[in-house]
Amino acid sequence: MPDDPSNPLIRARGLTKRFGEFTAVDSIDFDVAVGESFGFLGPNGAGKTSTMRMIGCTSPITGGTLEVMGMNPAVHGPQIRARLGVVPQQDTLDSELTVRENLAIYGRYFGLSRAEVGRRADELLEFAQLTERANDQVEPLSGGMKRRLTIARSLINEPTLLLLDEPTTGLDPQARHLLWDRLYRLKQRGVTLVLTTHYMDEAEQLCDRLVVMDKAKIVAEGSPRELIERYSTREVTELRFAPGIVETLDGRLDGIAQRVEHLPDRILLYADDGEAAAVAVNQRGLKPETVLVRRSSLEDVFLRLTGRSLIE
Amino acid sequence: MTALARPSSTVGRVFEHRWVQYRRTFRSTIFTSFLSPVLFLTAMGLGLGSYVSDSAIDSLGGVSYLVFLAPGLLAANAMQTASFEATYPIMGGLVWNKIFHAMYATPISPRDIALGNLAWIAARLTLISAVFTVVIVLFGAAESPLVVLAIPAAALTGMAFAAPIAAFSATQKTPNKFAAIFRFGITPLFLFSGTFFPLSSLPEVLHPLAWVTPLYHGAELTRGLSLGTIADDPLVAIVHVVVLLAFTVVGSLITIRTIERRLVRG
Repeated sequence: MPDDPSNPLIRARGLTKRFGEFTAVDSIDFDVAVGESFGFLGPNGAGKTSTMRMIGCTSPITGGTLEVMGMNPAVHGPQIRARLGVVPQQDTLDSELTVRENLAIYGRYFGLSRAEVGRRADELLEFAQLTERANDQVEPLSGGMKRRLTIARSLINEPTLLLLDEPTTGLDPQARHLLWDRLYRLKQRGVTLVLTTHYMDEAEQLCDRLVVMDKAKIVAEGSPRELIERYSTREVTELRFAPGIVETLDGRLDGIAQRVEHLPDRILLYADDGEAAAVAVNQRGLKPETVLVRRSSLEDVFLRLTGRSLIE
Repeated sequence: MTALARPSSTVGRVFEHRWVQYRRTFRSTIFTSFLSPVLFLTAMGLGLGSYVSDSAIDSLGGVSYLVFLAPGLLAANAMQTASFEATYPIMGGLVWNKIFHAMYATPISPRDIALGNLAWIAARLTLISAVFTVVIVLFGAAESPLVVLAIPAAALTGMAFAAPIAAFSATQKTPNKFAAIFRFGITPLFLFSGTFFPLSSLPEVLHPLAWVTPLYHGAELTRGLSLGTIADDPLVAIVHVVVLLAFTVVGSLITIRTIERRLVRG
């Protein structure tokens, strides 16, 4: 049964994680297919990391069933972990070792020979663009470099499945784009990626399919495009009014858009033709300080599903 | 998978990690572990020992103070190194750089992490005890060739501390309580467990207190081997070994439990 390509790589049914009275993951169902890039999108505390740790076989499930590569984590934890690559939310590098030593010693944990580990370490240093820093200590590296080293380390065993928990949180935009590029290459090589993120742009860039999590549950599932089509309009018109004006609008925006969302700092008009909505606002004599027409994003999907923003 | 050439033991891989960390400072620590007994034996054994009157020699077992002191210091030195190795590096692996979490994401189990680290501490203790014993022999402070066996005896003494302390360290989130271990545990034991003077010099009521601490048994054992008096009372020697083994084994089992609980909780 394991490795049959028609079987999902991960299959969860009613998957639940409780810590005492607190339910971190509340009976979720999902499948991840071989070669797929699958994402868990949701705010902090939604249960993403707990789900990842159960898949990573380092946290036992409290309810439901979970199969990873056709095996049961409770029975075959070490066998499953042998074929996983794990990028944890916080870097867990050994600051006493050099960049290259970090890779090599990690390979040894998978039972690889010293010669094999050395060969792979050099390749991965190249992949992570860290060859010049190979013999440097880890500590002075930038956040982006440490993250790339952590990803390189997770690939030392040539994993079937790569788990990335918030891979780019805390990085500057340039470092994030470099990381996305590396992850995209892995995806093209056929590595199955499972990642968590609270950045909608990251989910849109990397995920073939994703689930939106909120308060320990899955609230929607689909490709980024499908989710946007299902839960939002094609375009969004964002209006910002001068302070005090919003309270006086009193229904004057009604009928312009399919849906109107009031946020603390702006008003969102959901319409398939955002430009037309902007014109209509103008025709009604309203004078917003700024008007921005943009395409709908996963942020809008999340807002629609939960009534809250992703990043609070 | 061809790359999985002869799977070495999973405990061994954790041990290897500690070795890779250590080899960077290997030379300097060897020098320190040589220098420390030289200084101690010179100051305490030769210097202070010259003031120990001949009348006191009887209660030392009829040997010079240097000969009496040296094996006690050997055991105490193992205890001190063991306590350090079982506190900061264990908590650090779980809390600071979290490398134990990184290991647990691979086929390595919490048990491997616990035993690999304890095995590493045992190796370190054997090494420093061997260096210490060489110094004892160079000072002419060993009376019997059995002093060679004082090396594993001292390492075992250290492990009787390292294992229970590691079990405790794995439950800690900060190093705040470690200072208390040293101040209220290790230092008093160092002073009052038969290292510097025989237990018989202390009030009788305190003797049972010494009997339940590993250092007393360790110091007696290393001294019996260094003086060659161990065979006089083999049953007592066996009791010493059993007590030290009991601390080591029970401590190791609890360490496996506490490290596992910590890693699974995340």
